[in-house]
Amino acid sequence: MPAVTETREAVEKLGQSSYKWGFETDIDMDLAPKGLNEDTIRLISARKEEPEWLLEWRLAAYHAWLQMEEPKWAKVAYPPIDYQDAHYYAAPKKKPGPKSLDEVDPELLRTYEKLGIPLHEQAMLAGVEVPEGEEARMPVAVDAVFDSVSVVTTFRKTLEEAGVIFCPISEAVKDHPDLVRKYLGSVVPTGDNFYAALNSAVFTDGSFVYVPKGVRCPMELSTYFRINARNTGQFERTLIVVEDGASVSYLEGCTAPMRDENQLHAAVVELVAMEDASIKYSTVQNWYPGDENGRGGIYNFVTKRGACRGARSKISWTQVETGSAITWKYPSCILQGEGSVGEFYSVAVTNNHQQADTGTKMIHIGRNTRSTIIAKTISAGKSDSTYRGLVRVLPKASGARNFTQCDSLLIGDQCGAHTVPYIENRNMKARIEHEATTSKISEDQLFYCRQRGLSEEDAVGLIVNGFCRDVLKELPMEFAVEAQKLLQISLEGSVG
Amino acid sequence: MNAVTKDTKATLQPFQPRLDAVKGLERTAALGALHRVGLPDRRVEEWKYTGLRFLAETPFAGPVRAYDATWAQAELQRLGVTAGVGAALARLVFVNGYYAPDLSVLPEGVSVAFFSKTGSFGPLACPDREALTALNTALAEDGAQISVPAGVDGGHVLLVSLGQAQAGAPISFHPRHSVHVAEGGKLRLTCIQGGQGRYLHNPVLEVSVAARAELNHLTIQSESDEAASLATLYAQIDERGAYNSFVLGVGAALARHEVHARLSAAHAQVHVNGAQRLRAKQHGDISSVITHAAPDCISRQTVRNVLDGQSRGVFQGKVLVERIAQKTDGYQMNQALLLSEHAEIDAKPELEIYADDVKCSHGATVGALDDDQMFYLRSRGVPEAEARQILIHAFLEEALDLIADETAHALSAHIMATRYPLSGEEA
Amino acid sequence: MTQFLDISGLCARIDADGQEKEILRGVDLSIPPGEVHAIMGPNGCGKSTLSYVLAGREDYEVTAGSVTFHGKDLLEMEPEERAAAGLFLAFQAPIELPGVNNANFLRTAVNAVRRARGQEELDAVAFLKTAREAAKALSMAPDMLKRNVNVGFSGGEKKRNEVLQMTLLQPSFAILDETDSGLDVDALRIVAEGVNRMRSPQFSALVITHHKRLLDYLKPDRIHVMAKGRIIHSGGPELAEQIDTEGYTRFLAEAA
Ligand SMILES: Nc1ncnc2c1ncn2[C@@H]1O[C@H](COP(=O)(O)OP(=O)(O)OP(=O)(O)O)[C@@H](O)[C@H]1O
Ligand SMILES: [Mg+2]
Repeated sequence: MPAVTETREAVEKLGQSSYKWGFETDIDMDLAPKGLNEDTIRLISARKEEPEWLLEWRLAAYHAWLQMEEPKWAKVAYPPIDYQDAHYYAAPKKKPGPKSLDEVDPELLRTYEKLGIPLHEQAMLAGVEVPEGEEARMPVAVDAVFDSVSVVTTFRKTLEEAGVIFCPISEAVKDHPDLVRKYLGSVVPTGDNFYAALNSAVFTDGSFVYVPKGVRCPMELSTYFRINARNTGQFERTLIVVEDGASVSYLEGCTAPMRDENQLHAAVVELVAMEDASIKYSTVQNWYPGDENGRGGIYNFVTKRGACRGARSKISWTQVETGSAITWKYPSCILQGEGSVGEFYSVAVTNNHQQADTGTKMIHIGRNTRSTIIAKTISAGKSDSTYRGLVRVLPKASGARNFTQCDSLLIGDQCGAHTVPYIENRNMKARIEHEATTSKISEDQLFYCRQRGLSEEDAVGLIVNGFCRDVLKELPMEFAVEAQKLLQISLEGSVG
Repeated sequence: MNAVTKDTKATLQPFQPRLDAVKGLERTAALGALHRVGLPDRRVEEWKYTGLRFLAETPFAGPVRAYDATWAQAELQRLGVTAGVGAALARLVFVNGYYAPDLSVLPEGVSVAFFSKTGSFGPLACPDREALTALNTALAEDGAQISVPAGVDGGHVLLVSLGQAQAGAPISFHPRHSVHVAEGGKLRLTCIQGGQGRYLHNPVLEVSVAARAELNHLTIQSESDEAASLATLYAQIDERGAYNSFVLGVGAALARHEVHARLSAAHAQVHVNGAQRLRAKQHGDISSVITHAAPDCISRQTVRNVLDGQSRGVFQGKVLVERIAQKTDGYQMNQALLLSEHAEIDAKPELEIYADDVKCSHGATVGALDDDQMFYLRSRGVPEAEARQILIHAFLEEALDLIADETAHALSAHIMATRYPLSGEEA
Repeated sequence: MTQFLDISGLCARIDADGQEKEILRGVDLSIPPGEVHAIMGPNGCGKSTLSYVLAGREDYEVTAGSVTFHGKDLLEMEPEERAAAGLFLAFQAPIELPGVNNANFLRTAVNAVRRARGQEELDAVAFLKTAREAAKALSMAPDMLKRNVNVGFSGGEKKRNEVLQMTLLQPSFAILDETDSGLDVDALRIVAEGVNRMRSPQFSALVITHHKRLLDYLKPDRIHVMAKGRIIHSGGPELAEQIDTEGYTRFLAEAA
């Protein structure tokens, strides 16, 4: 497995900067010329040796995109993006798809080592509650995407034996064309929104997961995304299909080097859960947020949507968002199958000049569908953070239930925290409950902790972690440890 | 506001002959604003859930001063203005937007002027921002300008609006009211709205509550079932002033009650409460923006909706806490009870907060009548229909209880009882 | 002067809704090493305020006087520095920390203090062992360590949790602000035993209480009577008996 190191060590080793993942890896790259036009798309498709239908699909998306306007309703402000001023294809020169780790560029391996993935477990005392006796942990299979290309996927053999397909989507297009063709764009259509259309036109790689009927995926699947090259956009595309009675837990992590200019990230993730299937999708998003003056950082415009197609299917999104200069992201669930369940657990932390507008959509279509939304927002520095969520209950969704809890914490008097829920109910037999609070960290709690000897910064970290507990406990253990550290690091310098 | 690409002129068509005749500085400026954006459609975020198709379909004539006195008197009785507890109160009655002195009883200790005479627009309304206010500004005919001197208790005043349109001849009227309670003064104001036929009532009311003054304001919207009632309120509350408002909406085919309340100095307080009960194809929208622009202020909002038939209830409530507004205490609750399979509720409670030392919360619930409670009542021998009525009544009453003044509460109870007699099925 | 804890002429006030309120009006008090002192006094006389000012709570403004602790100016120190220096306050109303695991909190605190004192940090295993034993000695249910700090604890459980923290943090000076109130008879004895176990020539305590019962267990060296923000009388352990039977009237009259 690449890069197994202790998170804390990794973090500590990475120098003085407050963004600890800000190094750049020097690797020979194959870059498409700057700019976006039909030729770029043809070039991407050709490089990937794609079938004709996919090229057509991309071109259709591109033409839809040309007709669309960038959405302006989110509470984020940024200078206009010049979509012609980026590279839409960047790949390490070495041929991707090594058979073993020995074939991987050692520079790359070192990068992942620095990133510290997957993360070594820590004791329960790091604050992660592990039920007693459940300390044995599952191995994690990793797909690493470097700029636009998947560079290594581990544990494929083991997974294959279980019947699980876990590979770069570019390979899936070749090896499992029927599956890809059937599901690609079936949850997020090419013309869904501006960024999804852009992604559909130019996506270069991402992960594909297929779990056949009745199979519980024997290990956690994980993708690590890394933007490295300068002036590139990253447009990965993830597709996860889980058949009847099957289940999978999928983890996603992201980092990028520190740069003065902004880089664009516009991913699309589609999930499909059939009858009794369950998908748990966890994200720790730590793209470079820009410096303390708001220079640089990733623009993160992501479309994530899951379809609960089958009865009693379940899709659960958990996200810890600490990175990016701008986050625009609403992982959603379309609850179509009777009794299907959607969950959204989110922690969004913004500091300095970061802006985040994130939340979810729960669309209740089928009877007795249920959804839970727990969103914790923490704003510090001069940042702005918005929870924006939609709960929509359609006329057929009798017995639908939603519970939403949004809490915001403000640290310092130069930031903003906003809550914008939309509740639309067209069924009298549905029940919706929504609660939201906004406050600052209690002086009493701070004083209590400091009286016990904790520094102010540690006290804030502890209280913030407590504030986020209901979300963090949804993360797989290793991610939870990483997430806790991240929260603390993200808020550094925000108190006192 | 986003630039909305559409034919703005077309949305103004129903008012065109009157708009063409607009003169005067404020009015032409408002007209300019209207021409820029037109009347809002669903793409405007604030109007996401309430469409104005009703207006587009109807050419509205201007109102005339003459009215049918017999009808008006009967209507005042029916609304409880000249019967029951209302009879003893001072009242300013407007018919089709014009002041009707014959139907009115002027209050004492309170000064009253009329917009038709003074022609003065107040400082609070924003024709640049709200298109309906711009429309009102361009076309305003008349209105009451009430002011309570410093330290005076102005008692209880009714401000009544009756609309009467003859069949096939829809009219629109755009009253421009204002209420000012000077330092340490007090007033109870109940606005009652009723009418007959198809008309548009588009009032703008400016409320200013000076330091340590108090205004208790109830609006009872019981307009004609064919009418549109689109009210915009602007309130400003000064240091330690209190503005307690409540809107009860039961009438109109299309109703919107939009409040912009600004807490402009420390320790000011505002209540923006409401309840609506709708049926058939009624559309009722209660929207508000409460701005905390000073520290140590308190805002409270409780809104309850009961929706039957194919009705649609909308609640939009934004609480904006500016950076300076430390120690803000804000609370907001919106609840809806759906009685029919075809009813719909859309709610958007919103917090926008820039100060850190605040305590703000909001909640929203949507549901049907509680099965357990129904069962409990029926097991005690109460027939189903009656049990329903009891529970619906109780649900609304919890909101109506927020109307502290007894007389005002009785006025609202009267309207509720007329529209929805407690015994048996709904009228 | 004791060279341990010396409070002299301490005045403090609070800004309550825009109005300055004088609460401590010249407190003089010295506690030598190894002694347990008690403060008694009517409600609202400023006992808790004194404990907060000693622990460094920011709401209170010290307007006059000085406090030295181990020869250092206590008032100059941050709350966490005071904790590291050995001062511990058991709160009259312990604060709830939602989502913060009690064991995790304790270990973080213990290690922060140990670090500051130049001691080796405890690893998870060693810490848990110590914590479990200490909890057991206070007859606390084992799941108290797993629960969130003070959240949903009963009044008595919160007080025991305060004493547990004291035991683990090993302070040289503890202020117990009405730690006995809300405790049942057995718990009172258990808690008192907990404090007594800490007694040593290096440990002093200031016990704020309204009841003689706790003092019967603790056998304080001195008892001070506080009223209207000052110490108005000091005496031996026998004072407890006197206050129990007579109340404060006589002391108040004498002081006036
Ligand atoms: N934050 C505050 N705002 C206003 N007044 C305060 C505040 N804190 C303390 N006081 C006042 O200061 C006085 C002293 O309070 P303190 O809590 O120190 O009393 P105490 O002696 O501990 O009383 P008790 O025996 O009831 O615990 C009281 O009158 C109290 O009301
Ligand atoms: Mg006290």
